[in-house]
Amino acid sequence: MPSVMLRENEGQLTLYIAKKDLEANVVSLEHDQADRWGGKIELDDGSAWYLDPMDTKPKLPKTVRVRRA
Amino acid sequence: MTSLNVEETKALIEEVLEVYPEKAKADRAKHLTVAEPGQETKGCITSNRKALPGVLTNRGCAYAGSKGVVWGPIKDMIHISHGPVGCGQYSRAGRRNYYVGTTGVDSYGTMNFTSDFQEKDIVFGGDKKLETLIDEIETLFPLNKGISVQSECPIGLIGDDIEAVSKAKAAEIGKPVVPVRCEGFRGVSQSLGHHIANDAVRDWVLSEDNKKEVGPYDVALIADYNIGGDAWSSRILLEEMGLNVVTQWSGDGTLNEVKNNVNVKLNLLHCYRSMNYLARHMEEKYDIPWVEFNFFGPTKTEESLRKIASFFDETIQANAEKVIAKYKAQTDAIIEKYRPRLEGKRVMLYVGGLRPRHTIGAYQDLGMEVIGTGYEFGHNDDYERTMEDLQNSTLLYDDVTGYEFEEFVKAMKPDLIGGGIKEKYIFQKMGIPFRQMHSWDYSGPYHGYDGFAIFARDMDMTLNNPCWKEMTAPWKKSA
Ligand code: SF4
Repeated sequence: MPSVMLRENEGQLTLYIAKKDLEANVVSLEHDQADRWGGKIELDDGSAWYLDPMDTKPKLPKTVRVRRA
Repeated sequence: MTSLNVEETKALIEEVLEVYPEKAKADRAKHLTVAEPGQETKGCITSNRKALPGVLTNRGCAYAGSKGVVWGPIKDMIHISHGPVGCGQYSRAGRRNYYVGTTGVDSYGTMNFTSDFQEKDIVFGGDKKLETLIDEIETLFPLNKGISVQSECPIGLIGDDIEAVSKAKAAEIGKPVVPVRCEGFRGVSQSLGHHIANDAVRDWVLSEDNKKEVGPYDVALIADYNIGGDAWSSRILLEEMGLNVVTQWSGDGTLNEVKNNVNVKLNLLHCYRSMNYLARHMEEKYDIPWVEFNFFGPTKTEESLRKIASFFDETIQANAEKVIAKYKAQTDAIIEKYRPRLEGKRVMLYVGGLRPRHTIGAYQDLGMEVIGTGYEFGHNDDYERTMEDLQNSTLLYDDVTGYEFEEFVKAMKPDLIGGGIKEKYIFQKMGIPFRQMHSWDYSGPYHGYDGFAIFARDMDMTLNNPCWKEMTAPWKKSA
């Protein structure tokens, strides 16, 4: 369960894993609504992660814990 | 001299790798590649890995990253090199972080404070010694604003509790005492030292308690280490633009400026590698956006001024254009003077945090071409950023070994090399013009428009120096 930072960079949602120096663009996010946010996150490098969905869209940037999906 | 094409460069990499044993060869192969501008970059090169035993690497240690780079330049604090005397003494004042102040009275940048560990300190622990040292500092240098304890290798090995000593002493003297766990053996290079130093600033200096009202144009200039005055030549441009630089560190910075970093509208981040951790943290916790910029050479400076201005209103944006226009004549004159002398010259770089990519534009402005570049301690994200700056197909080498670098240079025959002090004399003896690009070879500043003038002059002075024609001893010359 690495700790990652989600961040919006010029409108593009990015995910940053400090441990791996990985800064990748999010290509798809399962739940992207105001009242449900998270789920499966797919990155442009082909990897995918799972974030327990939240009830509100968080204020970005935010550090969260994700699992391998 | 003809440039090598992509295929030839690949063949060169193969050839250079040939001498290594199988395993080392497989490992090193991942750190060398040829990149073309705009190419898809993810994972094209492996970086931030442990250097191989047996090769000559140019890297430093975590202590160097924390004491030497991030903390060291904070001028009104005393940074104790805690452990044996050598680590601090041999690196003392080597980075040329300029500052204003009276050394030994209110500023301490070029001094070396150390607990000078002896055998008995290793055996019985050095905590007592650290206490004594802090007392002595308070007596001798009462105007210091705070103390940081920069751990050298033995501290972690013998398990001293510098945190406890720091807490007790901070309460006693009423000033911050910051323990930094940057023992040299941590991580694979100085890079982890930057991270540890960032975390120490985050945990021990930044705080909600320091929050106060923020002006609309208040910005922080961070991760500029004022080498040869770099931060000064950057800051004037920002101020001319109408921005209010309330905080500038760590180059020529003070502890109060670091504390005050939570009160800005925007963090201007020059060296991404060494302070992105803090920038990201401040964005999340204090709601301060950050922007990377590049003040090497007029083209990049112009781009950066516009990028910075885009975070503010029209007044600032208009001011940015004025600043750009104001310096136009000055830079044109420089380019007119030096470009004919430097046009078409080929450069190989091997430097640290940001320069392997940031200086490419400045060379380009002078008509020079960077044909090879690499980082001592870069990470993936650095190489990705490098791709955007490449202008032509370029050889990339990560944590290059002494042997590889020499072989590449022999084959590619650059007209100029920019690297560190460890490579300098080897290449000069090979008869190749060399600039030390870590501390600007006793010159600088190189940032901003004023810095570009000096940059251009230095490159010309080095490259076109008559000494390079005198490499053969007179009695060995054929008549
Ligand atoms: S590796 Fe350890 S002993 Fe060597 S300079 Fe760094 S802190 Fe000092």
